[in-house]
Amino acid sequence: MSAHNPLRSYVGGFLLSLALTALSFGTVMAGGVRPDLALSAISVLAVAQLVVQLVFFLHLGTAPEQRHNTVIFILTALLITTVVTGSLWVMHNANVNMMPMSPRTSVGD
Amino acid sequence: MTVNYQTHMPAAAAHSASHGHDHAHDDGSKTVLGFWIYLMSDCLIFASLFATFGVLGTSAAGGPGARDLFDLPYVAAETALLLISSFTFGLASIALQAGKRDAVATWLMVTFALGLGFIAMEVHEFTHLVEIGAGPDRSAFLSAYFTLVGTHGLHVTAGLVWLAIMIHQLFVFGLDGLTRRRLACLSLFWHFLDLVWICVFTFVYLRGVIV
Repeated sequence: MSAHNPLRSYVGGFLLSLALTALSFGTVMAGGVRPDLALSAISVLAVAQLVVQLVFFLHLGTAPEQRHNTVIFILTALLITTVVTGSLWVMHNANVNMMPMSPRTSVGD
Repeated sequence: MTVNYQTHMPAAAAHSASHGHDHAHDDGSKTVLGFWIYLMSDCLIFASLFATFGVLGTSAAGGPGARDLFDLPYVAAETALLLISSFTFGLASIALQAGKRDAVATWLMVTFALGLGFIAMEVHEFTHLVEIGAGPDRSAFLSAYFTLVGTHGLHVTAGLVWLAIMIHQLFVFGLDGLTRRRLACLSLFWHFLDLVWICVFTFVYLRGVIV
């Protein structure tokens, strides 16, 4: 895709990124959106923009010359997900179960 | 090469054989792949810093929190500078494919100026925070914030040094195999920093103001 018309690839990626960034900031700065909804919205928008830039700027894809980089990236993404969700999960549990002031630290919790 | 010596090939023949072999595969693709693997390990550094910030992000220790400190229009301007610089580096890559040295140098200079603007804004933001008593020593939240955003800023600064060196090399060496390979690596590095920044503005700044 990017090999055929690199300029279109960069311009398309740039415009999409710009739109996704504007939506993210707009969602939060406009206010009035429920916090949990706003949080989900900006997370989805961030993931979408990551994919856009990986494809249009870093040229990840399924073409033979891109495959090495793509596979290495997918493995890294798996490691990142494990490290980040694992840390947040373990520390959240430690916080809930071990803080003496926490209201959920009752017997039988 | 070890095989060559074990089969008692004359030294000169072994040398020329290995020499020719090296050249046949020296197209720079392995260098770029190796650099990509480095970038992925860099991803893991940022992943641990993001995880740390995720755990400590609300531990303000009675001090100022994200909502009191972060100025979203200012962050949006920083984001715009970095995103546009990623695009202008793309234009430099296109000029590189077309073999236009002067156009490559020009777009790299524009990219450098935008990156410098981003760093200037970040330094200004950090000094302002320290001045109002919200430095990295104030709370766990601010320690994690300065470490994460500062590490990204240091990467951008390293990218600026690299950009300046490549602009100089373009004028001294022109567009030879070596400068092309180095620019291919720098291109990955620069676009990668914009990817990290997407996570920074979403999960540090925007999320901080929501939660």
